[in-house]
Amino acid sequence: MRKIWEFFKGTLFLVSKGSRAYYAWMVSLLILMAVGVAAYAYQLQNGLIVTAMRDEVSWGFYISNFTFLVGVAAAAVLLVIPAYVYKWKPIKEIAVLGEMLAVSAMVMCLLFVTVDIGRPDRFWHLIPKFGILNFPQSLLAWDVVVLNTYLILNLVIAVYICYKHYNREEPNPNFFNPMILFSIPAAVSIHTVTAFLYNGLAARPFWNASILAPRFLASAFCSGPAFMIILFQVIRKYTRIDIKNEAVFKVAELIAYSMFINLFLLGAEVFKEFYSDTIHLAPMHYLFFGLKGHSNLVPYIWTAMIFNVTAFFLFLIPQTRENFVTLNIGCVLIFVGVYIEKGMGLVIPGLVPDVLGEIYEYAPTGTELLLALGIWATGFFIYTLLLRVAIPILTGEFYVGDDGVKPVIVDTEFIRKADALAEQSYRD
Amino acid sequence: MKRERVRYGCILAAVALCLLAGVAAAAPPKGPQGAKKNGNGADHPQFAVPKPPFTPGIFPCSECHKEMKPNPTRREMKDEHTGIVLNHAQGQRWCLDCHDIANRDRLRLASGERISFDESYRLCGQCHGDKFRDWRAGVHGKRTGMWNGEKQYLLCVHCHDPHDPRYKPIAPMPPPVRPEAIK
Amino acid sequence: MPNEGTRDAHAHRMSRRKMMKGAAAVLGALAIPAADAPASVWEAFFQKNFRELSKPELEKVLARLEKEYGKRYGKAVKVKATPPIEGVLYGYGLDLSRCIGCRRCVYGCVQENNQSRDPQIHWIRVLQLSKERGVDLEEAEQYYNPAKVPEKGHFYMPVQCHQCENPPCVKVCPVQATWKERDGITVVDYNWCIGCRYCMAACPYGARHFNWKKPGLPAADLVTETHYLGNRPRPVGVVEKCTFCIQRVRNTPGRYTACVEACPVGARKFGNLLDPEGEIRYLIENKRVFILKEDLNTRPKFYYFYAT
Repeated sequence: MRKIWEFFKGTLFLVSKGSRAYYAWMVSLLILMAVGVAAYAYQLQNGLIVTAMRDEVSWGFYISNFTFLVGVAAAAVLLVIPAYVYKWKPIKEIAVLGEMLAVSAMVMCLLFVTVDIGRPDRFWHLIPKFGILNFPQSLLAWDVVVLNTYLILNLVIAVYICYKHYNREEPNPNFFNPMILFSIPAAVSIHTVTAFLYNGLAARPFWNASILAPRFLASAFCSGPAFMIILFQVIRKYTRIDIKNEAVFKVAELIAYSMFINLFLLGAEVFKEFYSDTIHLAPMHYLFFGLKGHSNLVPYIWTAMIFNVTAFFLFLIPQTRENFVTLNIGCVLIFVGVYIEKGMGLVIPGLVPDVLGEIYEYAPTGTELLLALGIWATGFFIYTLLLRVAIPILTGEFYVGDDGVKPVIVDTEFIRKADALAEQSYRD
Repeated sequence: MKRERVRYGCILAAVALCLLAGVAAAAPPKGPQGAKKNGNGADHPQFAVPKPPFTPGIFPCSECHKEMKPNPTRREMKDEHTGIVLNHAQGQRWCLDCHDIANRDRLRLASGERISFDESYRLCGQCHGDKFRDWRAGVHGKRTGMWNGEKQYLLCVHCHDPHDPRYKPIAPMPPPVRPEAIK
Repeated sequence: MPNEGTRDAHAHRMSRRKMMKGAAAVLGALAIPAADAPASVWEAFFQKNFRELSKPELEKVLARLEKEYGKRYGKAVKVKATPPIEGVLYGYGLDLSRCIGCRRCVYGCVQENNQSRDPQIHWIRVLQLSKERGVDLEEAEQYYNPAKVPEKGHFYMPVQCHQCENPPCVKVCPVQATWKERDGITVVDYNWCIGCRYCMAACPYGARHFNWKKPGLPAADLVTETHYLGNRPRPVGVVEKCTFCIQRVRNTPGRYTACVEACPVGARKFGNLLDPEGEIRYLIENKRVFILKEDLNTRPKFYYFYAT
């Protein structure tokens, strides 16, 4: 018990120490989080009327962000599969980072859902035994179950690996392997269930396409890893963790395949809707070309399309994939492209035109944007804290001392190195 | 002896009446809900209806007509009732096809039967049998009251001017507020 | 590095203060009762789902609500929880060959059901459609406002809750705050709904409406004969919908719905589907009937018909 307490104290010490850049980063995140809290307090006081959502478009920016982030969280598997199933060395160490990303993204997902509901004070109605969870009838109940399971699962795996590493022990395969294996279908299931959440609504033809879940998975396998590629570069620059180019390029190659599948499935759907030209075409027409002079989403979706296609070619061609400038451009393009496509580009056209043919052009209000910003800041804050502890453990700079209780922190060097680098980049 | 028989007859009749009344009360009402048989011989249901919408001061018609000699000649009204422009199969009929020539306070069916204005639906029903059937069932026209109890009917003429029956356009209530304007 | 230390401590204090403040603000605004809140507030917070309330519990809830509304609106409010009548399955008929699109039903409904006036909530939406295109919802117009209706070349289709036999809105609710009653009416427990609005996404008829803001209902306009599952005043952040005027139609004898009473042309029909002599069965058997979005298998008990 004492050992765990000492470990905990050690982590507290770690997260409270850092370079100037670290403090600047954390303080800016805290400021953004405070802004988000203020926006939420304002929303709670006045009701969801402060958003741009109305009866016609009853879900908006919050649920769009939620949907996108479920994808990011699910993509952690992409790193786990090669690392553990195929014992593929270069990624093994950094799978932990993927799982921690999943944890942070899951927390953001849950926060986005929380701020979207009208009666957060009644959250306990969702808890079985205390309230009534309408499982297995409601897909939202499924989502509550799988999202929380996935969050806990990833947290447990990541903490377990780190704690074992900290104790300079190998993870127990009897406990660990089943967990890892289970995390793979769990990752697939969170995104499938989230897709089914929309997919199951016959009232909304734009969502009621069986291609939706495969498309969700394909696009998730683009956005999550794209984020990870950039993150790998930051981590290997500022810490002692060495991530080989080979691993980065392999992930980029996987992104190219996923993006191909994503674009192919989208093409299949676009063909079906436009060629058959039924009344169910309206939402897709609204998204891509506008409807009756309403065209708010058109510039966004075409931006997303151009970004996705460009990134696909950047990742497909070995020369651009293995050039860090074009690779990073590709990652940003994909992240933004999928954010638009799987966020506003998915949620809003499902609701426009509404079931009675009404077109209400939704655009998030300042409150929605600030609140979302606050949640994103919270996600980054959590992720930074997790990395702040995990990286020294993985690099062997934070471990249990020879007495088996007191932690040892060899953080001087890495703080100095990070400081120097931050200083240098500041001067540049 | 004779007296006794009368007495027995009276008692029997009274018992029979009571029994009948009991049966009638217990039996579920037949036909369209809210309809009652009227007592004037003919087997027509009587419906709970509000007063017919007469032009103020025009009824009873006999006020003016009782001093006048009825003129059965089909003609254009020049002195009185000039406001009435018949726009209801005007080629085929005129006033006295529906208004009784002898008693202006009554309406006249094709059969020659005279009915009160309260029963004008019977007159309308002569031509508009399908509408009449729907109306009795509560499907044509407005019917209020209790969905599982007593109903209030409206007469045809409450909605349709018998001389110009097409329903007249009315001003709509305000449209809903657009979602953009809901603050 | 002493400098490092002070900066660290400062940053730490900053963040903690902010977080405490934030947490306090969030908890306060979440409407979770404060420790010294009156007992009734806690009772409301911990209230069970309507269908799990025992008889005495229900009585208590109704009394609490009556007291609360009485205080808020300054007049006596009756909150009933009349159960379904046995052998009754409500059905509705709407005669498209009669409707003139005057919207009397919309406002009759608003009045009877204590809908929020500001922000405006309308349970009935009247669509203006062109005779040329027929029932083409993409061409529907809700905001028509000519001097007189009906307009030439158009017909009108009011849409409200269709009280589906197979309601998609009920299926998706994550907390069973909405369900179909034995008499076919789909209701919402406004004290159990968490406001996720999944049912609104699932409803193919746009019948569900959300209280985006605290409902604005002047005390003078409040109809005081209410039903727990119907027209009682609603809180902010929950979904509401047409209940076929549950507060009226569950009585014996029970009045017609407010929209039936308000319709000047008698286009609206209401009754018991299980009564072979009733008007709904009559119109289904004798008229040309259609239901909206039949392909979705929602099986509405709301029948559009053409009497001519």
